[in-house]
Amino acid sequence: MIGPVFTALLSHWRRRPFQLATLLLGLSLATALWSGVQAINAEARKSYAEAAGILGGGGLSELVRTDGGMIPVKTYTTLRRAGWLASPLVDGWLSADGGRVRILGMDPFTIPQDTSIAASVEPSLYPELVGKNGVLLANPATAARLPDLEDRLRAIDGLAPNIVLADITTAQELLGVEGFSRMFLAPVQPLLRPDLASLAPELAIRPPSTANDLGRLTDSFHLNLTAFGLLSFAVGLAIVHGSVGLAFEQRRPVLRTLRALGVSARRIVLCLIFELLTLALVAGALGIIVGYVMAAALLPDVAATLRGLYGATVNDALTLSPLWWLGGVGIACVGTALAATNGLWRIARMPPLSPARPRAWIMASGRAMRWQAAGAAICLAAAICVATFGGGLASGFVLVGGFLAAAALLLPMVLSSLIAVAARWSWGPVGQWFWADTRQQLPGLSLALMALLLALAANVGVGTMVASFRATFSGWLDQRLVSDLYVSLEDEADIPAFMAFLEGKSEAVLPIWHVDAEVMGAPAEIYGVADHPVYAANWPLLSALPDTWDRIAGGSGALVNEQLARREGLSVEDGLPLPGGWTTTVIGIYSDYGNPLGQVVLSLGDLARHYPDVDRSNFGILVPEQGKEALTAALTEEFELPESSVTDQGAVKEFSLSIFERTFAVTGALNVLTLAVAGIAILTSLLTLASMRLPQLAPVWALGLTRTTLGRLEFIRALVLAALTFTFALPVGLVLAWMLLAIINVEAFGWRLPMHFFPLDWVRLGALSLGAAGLACIWPAYKLAKRPPADLARVFSHER
Amino acid sequence: MLLHVHGLKKGFPGSERKITVLDGVSLSLDSGEVVALTGESGSGKSTLLHIIAGLEPADDGSVLFDGEDICLMDDGGRAALRRHAISIVFQQFNLIPSLNVRQNLVFHARLAGRAASLDLPALATSLGLADHLEKFPEDLSGGEQQRVAIGRAVASEPRLVLADEPTGNLDEDTGQAVYDLLLALARRTGAALLIATHSMRLAGAADRRVHLSHGKLTK
Repeated sequence: MIGPVFTALLSHWRRRPFQLATLLLGLSLATALWSGVQAINAEARKSYAEAAGILGGGGLSELVRTDGGMIPVKTYTTLRRAGWLASPLVDGWLSADGGRVRILGMDPFTIPQDTSIAASVEPSLYPELVGKNGVLLANPATAARLPDLEDRLRAIDGLAPNIVLADITTAQELLGVEGFSRMFLAPVQPLLRPDLASLAPELAIRPPSTANDLGRLTDSFHLNLTAFGLLSFAVGLAIVHGSVGLAFEQRRPVLRTLRALGVSARRIVLCLIFELLTLALVAGALGIIVGYVMAAALLPDVAATLRGLYGATVNDALTLSPLWWLGGVGIACVGTALAATNGLWRIARMPPLSPARPRAWIMASGRAMRWQAAGAAICLAAAICVATFGGGLASGFVLVGGFLAAAALLLPMVLSSLIAVAARWSWGPVGQWFWADTRQQLPGLSLALMALLLALAANVGVGTMVASFRATFSGWLDQRLVSDLYVSLEDEADIPAFMAFLEGKSEAVLPIWHVDAEVMGAPAEIYGVADHPVYAANWPLLSALPDTWDRIAGGSGALVNEQLARREGLSVEDGLPLPGGWTTTVIGIYSDYGNPLGQVVLSLGDLARHYPDVDRSNFGILVPEQGKEALTAALTEEFELPESSVTDQGAVKEFSLSIFERTFAVTGALNVLTLAVAGIAILTSLLTLASMRLPQLAPVWALGLTRTTLGRLEFIRALVLAALTFTFALPVGLVLAWMLLAIINVEAFGWRLPMHFFPLDWVRLGALSLGAAGLACIWPAYKLAKRPPADLARVFSHER
Repeated sequence: MLLHVHGLKKGFPGSERKITVLDGVSLSLDSGEVVALTGESGSGKSTLLHIIAGLEPADDGSVLFDGEDICLMDDGGRAALRRHAISIVFQQFNLIPSLNVRQNLVFHARLAGRAASLDLPALATSLGLADHLEKFPEDLSGGEQQRVAIGRAVASEPRLVLADEPTGNLDEDTGQAVYDLLLALARRTGAALLIATHSMRLAGAADRRVHLSHGKLTK
């Protein structure tokens, strides 16, 4: 018996292939956006786990120097002789194509076998690893980025990205350091061993680090992506809800007939569930394929973003688990269930003789308007409560989510009021009918318009945030890039000749010396600056003591970047412990957008005194614009420098901005996709409503309006509703932008950005929304204009 | 006796007081018997048919079909009865718009598990629909749609056909033709037929006629 019932139910879709297509499209797009984002997040998290496994010693505690400096070999031997089972590690960075790679030097003979490093290296490779000129191990992608070490590199599949493994001696040789960065502690230690404080008071035991450390750092970014995925999923579900709900209502006569022919309500509901499950499986499968393609296309940009913002390395290629594929199908089923529960519930309780009332179904949504307004107030109140009394990134997202939900729920009421105002100003009978009819259409279109509102508000909000970031970043680069030319010398022995050469050829030569170190337990950069007025004139300070640069030059303090200050809660005049066991005072905090690391700026003298091994090969040169080209040519010739070693300010800025643009390419792509889904939601609603519109349109047609005029008015109606929705979306989007800049960004990245307004972008988006609505409406309007008169006339007969 | 309705009562809530539609209706039908149920519009003819078909519950009384009380059956039991033993022809045809004529005709027979014994070409020819099998309901006239509905009803080999003003939406000539067809098919299959109509002329062709007025059944 199931067979014929199922045939009858499915025949609805056969006769309405477009409705089926929109349902599948909506569900598969929603699934695609959601599972695409999940794929990206899963890949990133997998990379973090691999990296953390290697870097963090696979759950082992470590010995580190409290001042962040290197541990002398003598301390290590003292500990070993006293019975401490410790294994040394050298940790540093090597210059590589496209950035830096991390080198880990280990002692193959003492490293605990529980560590990921030990598990990554076959014991048969030990003889090649140890000693001078030992081999280096890296995954093929990382190895390809180190052409200078090609002859010593051994490519091994499965090693964490961006990491090179070597023997401890090799790492010391390549990094030019002595001693060890830290030591792994074996999980089982002799009970009767001397206290650490008596042997090496400068050392401390650091508990095991895990993937969570990097995970926590990047959580905000992934949460951002997830929020976008969820938003797109919600917008997609609007399409599914509309299509499924309407299909149920359109089939009510069939369901009534089936009941009359002896099919029980339970069996009908079971058949509908089976039908929906089939549709969800088909759409889910399509969705995960599209999601995979989308994730694969976006992953390189996401990897670049994570590298740029957090210094986190992520594989560029997707390797997804079966769980992800199942999750994609699962979310499609859950989405369908969410969208169809209400309809199924109504059918299960439907009396056998219940008449079909698609119009009533639509108007019921109208009655829901009052409830929606109450729901909006509750959402907003709850969001404000969480934001006021809660804290952290999650509260910020609750505020954003609650605000967007409230705005979406309020939309039908706002539109209804705006239309009522417009109706008051309308003239002529057609105008009056147009506005009255538009208001009557509102409940049926409200879900699609809510989807459009969310998409537009997200576009305005995220667009304003990104553009504000771009404007601030660009201005900040102008200030921060104080030198006109940047030079990297091949050999520090050339420095005296270099300085002598520039004598009289430039306004000033500013050394840019720096050392990579661990500051307050996290990787950081320590820079030295010369005593020159150009810094006081340009450097972007957020807060500082008076005479900042004089104090720096006098060696009485340091500047820290905003990230370090926020992370460690540092304020001006606070003490700042630095590697090497000395402490200085924070005398200023500066903005440092886009840098994943903490940064400290000292005077050149302090830097050279405390860190004699500092890299001294980089310089900035102040030179008049007209002399730049000639000086570049002279420098490259005189010191036989490659072209890449002399960079002018414009090129550095261009490069930085290109990284910035790539960073936000993902956001831009998701923005466009969400808007496209919203456009499809409108199209779906208009098409499904079109067939039910005849009883309202036929009388107007009979009174003398041509079908072409009716079609034209339908087109204008879609544009008017889109324009009104955009009008409401604009303030919603700007409030969203403020929330992103003032709350989410501060929690996520550690810096706050000023908000800028970009009216031209709004005009462009407004035109885009009108275009999307116009495109969505063109087909339904054309169909109406070409509708055979017999269809309209039939409304007046009793045959229907 | 195939059908025995006894003391059937049914009322609906009105604005001031309950409106009684059926007030102790009793009726019997033998196998193969054709009974016309007449009455004014709103007299409760449709309600009586709906209760007999198990589509609506009664307030009181019993409907014995083959000795079993339909009023005491659960939803599944009533659905099974409609599937296998009782067919209904509605005034509004109630065809499945997304299925073509062929599919609509065999639909009920498939539900009843009797599609194998159905001679569809013969049925279509007797209905005058042989040339319309691939058409969809929206492509047919009212008379043609009702013929499909009648064909669907008899194709499942029911023991009782309930027809609720099957000619109410048709002109006089078409209505007469449809009525004749229904009668002929019922007689040929041996099914009992209870047909609601307010046309005295059509009712005259039945074996027996009962009249419903003010909730009471009279002969």
